[in-house]
Amino acid sequence: MTAEREILLEAKNLQKEFGGLVAVDDVSVAIYARTLHSIIGPNGAGKTTLFNLLSGMMDPTRGQVFYQGKDITGLAPHRRAHLGIGRSFQITNIFPNLTVLENVRLAAQAVGRDNFRMFQRAGSFPAYEEKAREVLGRVGLQGREGVLAQVLPHGDKRKLELGIMLASDPHLLLLDEPTAGMSSEQVPALLDIIRAIMADGDKTIVLVEHRMDMVMSISDRITVMHQGQVLAEGTPHEIATNQTVQSAYLGALYGDLAKELEDNVG
Amino acid sequence: MAEVKSDLTAAPNRFTSAAKSLRGEWLGLAVILLLALFPFLFGWFTGTSVQDGPSKFWQGQLITFFIMAVYAMSYDLLIGYTGILSFGHAAFFGGGAYTMGLFLTHIGPKIIGSYKITIGAADITEVLVLVAATLLVVVVVTLLGLLFSVVSARIKGVYFAMISLAMADAIHILSKATDFGKWTGADEGLHGIPVPMWINPTQHRLLFYFIALAFCVIMYLIARRMVDSPTGRVFVALRENESRVRMIGYNPVTYRTLSFVVAAVIAGLAGALFSLWNMGATPTMTSAVTTINALIMTILGGIGTLIGPILGAGLMQIVGQFFYQWFGARWPLVFGLIFIALVLFLPYGVVGTYRLKRLEWKQGWQRLWGLVAGK
Ligand SMILES: Nc1ncnc2c1ncn2[C@@H]1O[C@H](COP(=O)(O)OP(=O)(O)OP(=O)(O)O)[C@@H](O)[C@H]1O
Ligand SMILES: [Mg+2]
Repeated sequence: MTAEREILLEAKNLQKEFGGLVAVDDVSVAIYARTLHSIIGPNGAGKTTLFNLLSGMMDPTRGQVFYQGKDITGLAPHRRAHLGIGRSFQITNIFPNLTVLENVRLAAQAVGRDNFRMFQRAGSFPAYEEKAREVLGRVGLQGREGVLAQVLPHGDKRKLELGIMLASDPHLLLLDEPTAGMSSEQVPALLDIIRAIMADGDKTIVLVEHRMDMVMSISDRITVMHQGQVLAEGTPHEIATNQTVQSAYLGALYGDLAKELEDNVG
Repeated sequence: MAEVKSDLTAAPNRFTSAAKSLRGEWLGLAVILLLALFPFLFGWFTGTSVQDGPSKFWQGQLITFFIMAVYAMSYDLLIGYTGILSFGHAAFFGGGAYTMGLFLTHIGPKIIGSYKITIGAADITEVLVLVAATLLVVVVVTLLGLLFSVVSARIKGVYFAMISLAMADAIHILSKATDFGKWTGADEGLHGIPVPMWINPTQHRLLFYFIALAFCVIMYLIARRMVDSPTGRVFVALRENESRVRMIGYNPVTYRTLSFVVAAVIAGLAGALFSLWNMGATPTMTSAVTTINALIMTILGGIGTLIGPILGAGLMQIVGQFFYQWFGARWPLVFGLIFIALVLFLPYGVVGTYRLKRLEWKQGWQRLWGLVAGK
């Protein structure tokens, strides 16, 4: 953990209701700058909904979101993007009929100052294209620039999903199950990408993930969600040894996962 | 139906290589040159005068084509590039036509009657009236475009398509309302608009031909540059995936509004020129028929290609010219069947299919079967 423990993002008593269903129930969580904070929980726990509230894709029924100390509740997603909040999606959310390069270039252009140059060619702003190529190299998609995004294999689409987010150089990265649908062989490459982002030194990541081994090995902190609520929060070790988590959640729902957790944390 | 719709918005959009686009530029230049020389070549080959007879007639056909091509292109910006399904495009075309017509009929003569503005010996009052009318057209259709985009910010997809149809219909009803008949001519429309003599399309057909050609080329170049600009790229992204566009930092409302205003201004200018060409503005220009024309021209030629709608306008012109001769009163039926076949088998239009280098025979039969079997 960082010494000064500067809070980058804070959710205060966030609530999201869909009709009668409370998807996110009084969730308060603080994300410290330059840490990797994972959010785990069974299917339907409300993790993606929480991300929707943090990224502005949805407005909360109640509660507030603070970013760098400022209240950003109700701020539109595109404004949050300009504040340095990036997000990747659990269900691949790319531009299918555009090339891989253009997918990422658009994201780089978005945070620049040339969006309203209506009578100049996009090609006359090479900086965005360079940025896009650099990002594609980072996520391991070099050589695929000219391919239409829709024809990429699933694993590569997940990398592109990350690339689009990285192209705007966000400070805070909200990653919603980046490994979703990936085979186990593809996971290490993705882990390397995430590690490289953290090695940058000034990035903060909030990670939703189902792969416990991965979560345990790379997280600074973990929040466990269950039925919309925060069940527990702590370091990987604290979570692995937490009795409530063990009995109420990991034990009951993920019988063998609990064992795996202990094995991993050792 | 759902499948057809998704086909429309998923038009292929490949960024062409530099070599290919250069070849395209040479081809384009050659076509423009040919069109510029057409009146003279035609006269030369047939041994007739450039000023009248068949040459004048075919110049007229091409003038209509140039204007409708621009109109179709403006629709493509909306539907093909930005992915906005709007059924209200006639409001912009007709709005431009009526603004021009009303100004020249009711305000122009008063100005010309009471002022005389000259540069040296030349009386430029009429020119200034035309410029003022054009500026007013831009203002009016910009406001109309803004109105549509305000609604489109709240209502999406097919619902917006329906609302836009209703909004254009409101304009249509206004244009033929008897209450304003004194100014608009109601059902009859405006006829005999006092078009300045020097640009009068009957007297100076050849000049008008070049004006329409230049208009078409300039609007094409503007639209082409725009869709390839940073802003235009965002239009395409918006078509592809709005939620991602928002998350990477673009405000969809801003870009939709821009797209609407640009499309409205281009369509409005086309309408204004059409009213000069016809020396009239009629309620047909604001009606759903005019919107459907835009839709057909765009789909026929190839959605999201700009050049496609131009071809589509040409095809429509040929259809309008010959189908009645060939099929008599049954021509809409024949055309309707051909159009259905085209949508089923060439959903990307002429240009889109050419670029894909692939015919969709199998998918076409499947779609047809889907229609017949009601799946
Ligand atoms: N837009 C929505 N409308 C109605 N209900 C929703 C909506 N989005 C999510 N829900 C419901 O809210 C609950 C939480 O869903 P959410 O997607 O946030 O869970 P999750 O933790 O991300 O699950 P998973 O691990 O499967 O991705 C679920 O019961 C889901 O059905
Ligand atoms: Mg989820």
